[in-house]
Amino acid sequence: MTTTPTAGPTTAVAARATELSKTYGQGETRVVALDRVSVDFRQAEFTAIMGPSGSGKSTLMHCVAGLDTFSSGSVRIGDTELGSLKDKQLTKLRRDKIGFIFQAFNLLPTLTALENITLPMDIAGRKPDKAWLDRVIDMVGLSGRLSHRPSQLSGGQQQRVAVARALASRPDIIFGDEPTGNLDSRSGAEVLGFLRNSVRELGQTVVMVTHDPVAAAYSDRVVFLADGRIVDEMHAPTADAVLDLMKQFDAKGRTS
Amino acid sequence: MFRTALRNVLAHKARLLMTVLAVMLGVAFVSGTLVFTNTISDAYQKSSAKGFDRVDVAVQPEYQDSEGDKVGKRAELSRALLDRAAGVPGAASATGVVTGFTAVAGKDGKLVGGDWQSAGGNYWGTKDARYPLVSGHAPHGSGEVLLDSKTAERAGYKVGDTVRLSVDGPVLTPKLAGVFTTDDGNVAAGGSLALFDTPTAQTLFGKKGTFDEIDVRASAGTSQSALKAALDKALPSHLVETTTGKRLADDQAEAISASMSGLRQMLLVFAGIALFVGTFIIANTFTMLVAQRTRELALMRAVGASRRQVTRSVLIEAFAVGAVAGATGLAAGVGIGAGLRSLLGSFGASVPDGPLVISLGTVLTALAVGVLVTMLAAWLPGRRAAKIPPVAAMSSVHAKATTKSLVLRNTLGALFSAAGVAAVLMGTTMDADAAEGPMGLGAVSLIIGVFILTPLLSRPLIAAAAPVLRVFGVAGKLARQNSVRNPRRTAATASALMIGLTLITGMTVMAGSLQTSIDKMASSAIRADYVVSMANRGPLSPGVATKLAAADGVTASSPLRNGESRIDGTTEYLTGVNGPVIGKLTDLKVDDGSFTVGGTRVVVDQDTAKDHGWRAGSAFTAHFEDGKARRLTVAGVYEGNDMISGIMLDNEVLTPHLTDPADMQVMVKTADGASDAAKDRLERALGTNPAVKVQDKQDISNDIAKMFTLMLNMVYGLLGMAVLVAVLGVVNTLAMSVFERAQEIGMLRAIGLDRRSVKRMVRLESLVISLFGGVLGIGLGVFFGWAAGELLSTKMPTYELVLPWGRMAVFLLLAGTVGILAALWPARRAARLNMLAAIKAE
Repeated sequence: MTTTPTAGPTTAVAARATELSKTYGQGETRVVALDRVSVDFRQAEFTAIMGPSGSGKSTLMHCVAGLDTFSSGSVRIGDTELGSLKDKQLTKLRRDKIGFIFQAFNLLPTLTALENITLPMDIAGRKPDKAWLDRVIDMVGLSGRLSHRPSQLSGGQQQRVAVARALASRPDIIFGDEPTGNLDSRSGAEVLGFLRNSVRELGQTVVMVTHDPVAAAYSDRVVFLADGRIVDEMHAPTADAVLDLMKQFDAKGRTS
Repeated sequence: MFRTALRNVLAHKARLLMTVLAVMLGVAFVSGTLVFTNTISDAYQKSSAKGFDRVDVAVQPEYQDSEGDKVGKRAELSRALLDRAAGVPGAASATGVVTGFTAVAGKDGKLVGGDWQSAGGNYWGTKDARYPLVSGHAPHGSGEVLLDSKTAERAGYKVGDTVRLSVDGPVLTPKLAGVFTTDDGNVAAGGSLALFDTPTAQTLFGKKGTFDEIDVRASAGTSQSALKAALDKALPSHLVETTTGKRLADDQAEAISASMSGLRQMLLVFAGIALFVGTFIIANTFTMLVAQRTRELALMRAVGASRRQVTRSVLIEAFAVGAVAGATGLAAGVGIGAGLRSLLGSFGASVPDGPLVISLGTVLTALAVGVLVTMLAAWLPGRRAAKIPPVAAMSSVHAKATTKSLVLRNTLGALFSAAGVAAVLMGTTMDADAAEGPMGLGAVSLIIGVFILTPLLSRPLIAAAAPVLRVFGVAGKLARQNSVRNPRRTAATASALMIGLTLITGMTVMAGSLQTSIDKMASSAIRADYVVSMANRGPLSPGVATKLAAADGVTASSPLRNGESRIDGTTEYLTGVNGPVIGKLTDLKVDDGSFTVGGTRVVVDQDTAKDHGWRAGSAFTAHFEDGKARRLTVAGVYEGNDMISGIMLDNEVLTPHLTDPADMQVMVKTADGASDAAKDRLERALGTNPAVKVQDKQDISNDIAKMFTLMLNMVYGLLGMAVLVAVLGVVNTLAMSVFERAQEIGMLRAIGLDRRSVKRMVRLESLVISLFGGVLGIGLGVFFGWAAGELLSTKMPTYELVLPWGRMAVFLLLAGTVGILAALWPARRAARLNMLAAIKAE
């Protein structure tokens, strides 16, 4: 079993965590959320991070995405080392290099769909690339709903706006935190389809945290976490294979 | 239910903080007012009661009413009367009292007491029990004077020094014979008291051989009422009135508490405004707490709580909040009361010492006000809570503020506003006295209408600010949108600020306009370069006019001498002037005839002429105070004003009939017009007397301006409390908004909005809300100021509306500053928000 998956020699790395640890508290109440995790996320690859609750999968994503601080080790997005960055620089990095899709509360209710999509560029004070924007909007099928407010859209449509927002600024890497967690299966499948297409057709890099084997099956590679460590990795996963592996961890967890 | 309610209060401590503070400030204002006025009133009453210790029965002159052709006057208390009183059985001694105005100059030449608190009196005999001597001896003759110890100390006079003082114009330089102590209320309040021997005092105060009052002491074993009865029998009842010392003290106490209750009422009105503003904050807070707890409340309904129980649980929360606010407010109020007293002391207006009075009434009022105001304001949110259907417990959607009921609201608001505007406009066209009713009602109706309409007004007004906000990029855009997101809350917050600014602006507009018009009235009728008067506006001795007439560079001068007469059975006031030159010194519009004063030719103002049916050429008989009569002819009818009115006649005619001529002021024209040198010359001609004011038109204007500034500053200070409470409201609203939008802010931070922009977003939202309230308040204030002015202009011909643009700009700036300051803490909170916690799904 490989515990430290490394990049292949031919593909560039979009984000890399090396010996990444995060602990909370002191002394007896010390909790290790991440325990010397090293992982690469390659460009134009769709990676899913899986693991049971409390395995540290969300923490890993938050640390790599510059949303959270870590205790030791290093994280690089492209050429940038995150550990040395101040809040202001981190914010700028997130704005310019990273796209986000959350489980819920993705959109601002006061803005229209289009305004939500271009929000990161508005914040940066940049003009969106019109052709690219049209392509992204076309891909997620929102052309007719751009002037709607989030409250006038269904949950699936809202999440598609969120996907479009993440793609619109052409970030180096997109992080999704349970992006289908609040959706019904059909809408979820749509959103996952868009994410996979963005990797296949647009060469986007996507990292997604999920606990759903069906969602994980859309990815190119699944990284499994348990107790703050990477315990396994699977390429070209299927839902069944992922489910089987998860069951093994469960069983191990119970017997050990 | 009770337990859940209390738990909720404890759980929302931070969010209730602003509410508690707002109510607390209001209660503190109320209880501070009560403590302060009670304390002062108590102290004054005690000190005045002490003042009557030495009086068992006071004998005062009876006023003889005017009758037929006889001019009314006070009876005279003569020495013979005093001796008669002293000889009454049961009387131990009798003291003659003479009082008047005496200005004492310090070594720096300035007045020691104020313009109004410089008193003079007589020292009775060789040992006056009223005024125990600290040093020196009793005054004797016109060359000696006594000063109270405080004044002597402040002015730096020692026994044997020469004191500069003035009673009615001329400078006197007696020697300081001694220093005494007194518990006289005037002296305790920072005034000065100078005492002369009795004949000197009588001469100086124009009461030769008579007294203002005779204080009689009872001998041992004689009661006050027995002495009074004896005096009543011995003295002519048509000349004197007797009053027991106890009664005098009681009357005084009553007068003090009456004047205090006026002050108290005024302060309570302002406290009420602050409390009223506070209710907006309370209502906002409870509305939000209820909205946040929708699911919880629905769950309680689902498990069987009745609507009433839900409402009651909200009201119990309000009760707890109100009780805490009431108690802390009371404590703060006691502090304010004590602080105000020492503040007054530091301004020189020292008030008598006394214990701080915290009555049971004050305590109960404070608590009741706190609790009632809070519960009343929370009542509507409580009702709304009860309307939450049990099924809301199952849905995950927050109950959002609906916009549909705004239709009803807007209609109602429009009706109220329209009715209000109509009533005010109608009032401005009506007669001044009849207009007060419709105008008052209209103002109230308009304010209520605007309150109701603020949510509707918020959208267009805030949209108007969009171009400015766009400069701030995303932060500005989001701020604008956030500020109209919950129109009701924005409206309530802005309204709270609006109230204060409406009143402040209205007062400023009115005061500014009034000041200008009074100024105009005062100066437009005067052609003289200088007006000379006593500092206390008291009578000037005729010698002053004589000295001024002889002074270097004076080309014309005339006193305005007081006289009273009976004409056709009514009392008319006469103004004696220097006939030949008065036309050069005044600039009065003549309606009929000519402005000629001399010999028997007089001029009268319109109103007097109208009362008597006079026109130019009419003749009438005036009966003077010495009982003699004179036939006079109306030469002209002029337009009088508040400064100059009545019958103007030549002093050559008037003065011989006066027993004690006295001038209100002297008008002076100099060869080269008003200049520092000319003023200096006049002042020197009068012996550089601090008690006499030599004022040119500018000085008069400045005096008027000073009075208005003082009044406005007081009003600003009092209304500042309401603004302060409104600031708390803005803080409260922003803190709520930040709390409610935590997830959004977290998301914005995640996708790259930096802390500075988050702060800016909150600050701009605050600025937008505050300026919204500011614009509404200033607009309404100007409208009310204009309307009130329309009313006044019917009574004051010189009235004109003056819009204080500079002040208005300052107020708008103030509203903006309020916004920025109020956003400090909420903006910090928003920027410090834990991003990860915020974006996690609930």
